[in-house]
Amino acid sequence: MTETVISQAIEPVIVAGKRPWGRTLLTPSFLIPALVLVILLLVALLPGPIAGIFGHGDPHACDLGRSTDGPAPGHPFGFDLQGCDVYANVIYGTRSSLSVGLLTTVLAMAVALVVGTAAGMFGGWLDILLSRLTDIFLGFPFLLGAVVVLGSVGQRSVLSVSLVLALFGWPTMARLTRGAVRSVRGAEFVQAGQAMGLSTWRIITRYVLPSSISPVLVLATITVGGVIVAESSLTYLGIGLQPPAVSWGLELSAASGNFEQAPHMLIFPALFLVITVLAIIGLGDALRTALDPRRS
Amino acid sequence: MSRVAIVVGRRLGELIIVFLGVTLLIYLMVFALPGDPIKAMGGDRPLTDAVVRALRAKYHLDEPFLEQYLRYLWGLVHGDFGVDFNDESVASQMASRWPVTITLALTAWVIEMIFGIGLGVISALRRESFADHAILVFTIVIGGIPVFVIGVASQLVFSVRLRWFPVAGIVYGWPKSYILPAVVIAIFGLAAVSRLTRTSMIETLGSEHIRAVRSRGLSSGRIIGVHAMRSSLIPTATYLATDLGYLMGGTVIIEGIFNIPGVGNLLFQAIRTHEGPTVVGVSTALILIFLVTSVLVDLLHAGLDPRVRRR
Repeated sequence: MTETVISQAIEPVIVAGKRPWGRTLLTPSFLIPALVLVILLLVALLPGPIAGIFGHGDPHACDLGRSTDGPAPGHPFGFDLQGCDVYANVIYGTRSSLSVGLLTTVLAMAVALVVGTAAGMFGGWLDILLSRLTDIFLGFPFLLGAVVVLGSVGQRSVLSVSLVLALFGWPTMARLTRGAVRSVRGAEFVQAGQAMGLSTWRIITRYVLPSSISPVLVLATITVGGVIVAESSLTYLGIGLQPPAVSWGLELSAASGNFEQAPHMLIFPALFLVITVLAIIGLGDALRTALDPRRS
Repeated sequence: MSRVAIVVGRRLGELIIVFLGVTLLIYLMVFALPGDPIKAMGGDRPLTDAVVRALRAKYHLDEPFLEQYLRYLWGLVHGDFGVDFNDESVASQMASRWPVTITLALTAWVIEMIFGIGLGVISALRRESFADHAILVFTIVIGGIPVFVIGVASQLVFSVRLRWFPVAGIVYGWPKSYILPAVVIAIFGLAAVSRLTRTSMIETLGSEHIRAVRSRGLSSGRIIGVHAMRSSLIPTATYLATDLGYLMGGTVIIEGIFNIPGVGNLLFQAIRTHEGPTVVGVSTALILIFLVTSVLVDLLHAGLDPRVRRR
């Protein structure tokens, strides 16, 4: 849902030549979210040592006798329904949640760049064909499409969930890419390249894409956050990741049934999720400001 | 033929192509569903081959895929959504549920519109103030929380603990049973609507035609209420209109949490029980609504923005 707005808010802009990135990116509005995300990436890469800080780092080491107990020494976030350490689960869950977010976005962006560039650069029947294809996929409300497809996927892993989410995530980006590419296609530096007899491939990769990719990058950043939220919602519906996988969505959906007795089960995973999404949105915002050539 | 008619005709042509593509895709997906619904009908006792064959023939499952799809489309054109595996008509199953979902989605939509535009205008008028930042942070934080977490939490706080609203179901009718779920749905779109309103409002307030109106000495209330609102609401209106289509499909989770017997609930149960015809029927209907709203959005867009009309 948010993607639509954002793509409307981000107009394709022509960025010719190199831009002074350094100065804008050294501001708090960029550095703080970037730092948060670096920490989260570290957590995702090395969950073991970080989960073990409080001495109980195994997400699958559970004691049913302590089911839904609140925070205790050595267990800062308390216990979940199965008596597992919530902190260890949240830390280990970072990896699958971030993986789904990043993998989906990378897959969707790859498809979007190919489709959008082909449609925008060559025009004609190829453009008509690809644009209608994009429209067909845009015709699916994101969640509805994911529900229908994931309901029919038997084994759901990080990879299969990402593939399905990417299937419905690429069209917005493709449309944005097409618009951006079209707006630079006729630019003088592209004409100059053609006049010099450069190959189409070289013109696209060296001149057209670098000038039209910035709105797509901004949208991609924000997509990561949206996908993480979507994954947790789908998991809640019972058609996202499955145990024994550990993810924030699984923690949240297990917690939502016992919210009244054990609010800590819901609060801590939700906190991590919200912080991640906020950091991603903040980063996207900072990038948009940095990449906007109309900025004074 | 007038220009408008040509634009409308073209848009309708595109709509038909997209509709065919989408239904084909759904049909393909449902076709690929694992498990055999016919064999599952027997329960624990396996059906004999003859019965399986007869049932397959009855539901046309023995025909090639394309033939099944075309038969379905043909029925659809005549308003026939087919029957599910219990011989119940999908259309009649949906009929009692549409009013519920439409009521819920419209309530959510109005809440989203009022609060989204309101917050956006406040942000734009008090730019860079505390209120502006507070609204931004509030809407983004609340929009970043998964909708089911907000749903479950608000159900417990406002229904179970405070007893302001019924916990689930729709026995208390509108508005009592619908307000809480509608607010939860609306919250999700608040960030987008308020930000969009803020951005375009700020842009309009700095534009030349507003300066021209200002120089004529009109009251600031009139400037904001009439002139600035009208031109700055175009992106917001476009978004809101598109969003209505999304809201219909996006009620699946909320209808589940609050046990509201709407279309989303039907769809979800159908996916769980592998009722292929119901899944196809409900998704097709939802997507049709979505596509029709998107065409209406374009027309609305043309109506509001004279620049689009001239193109």
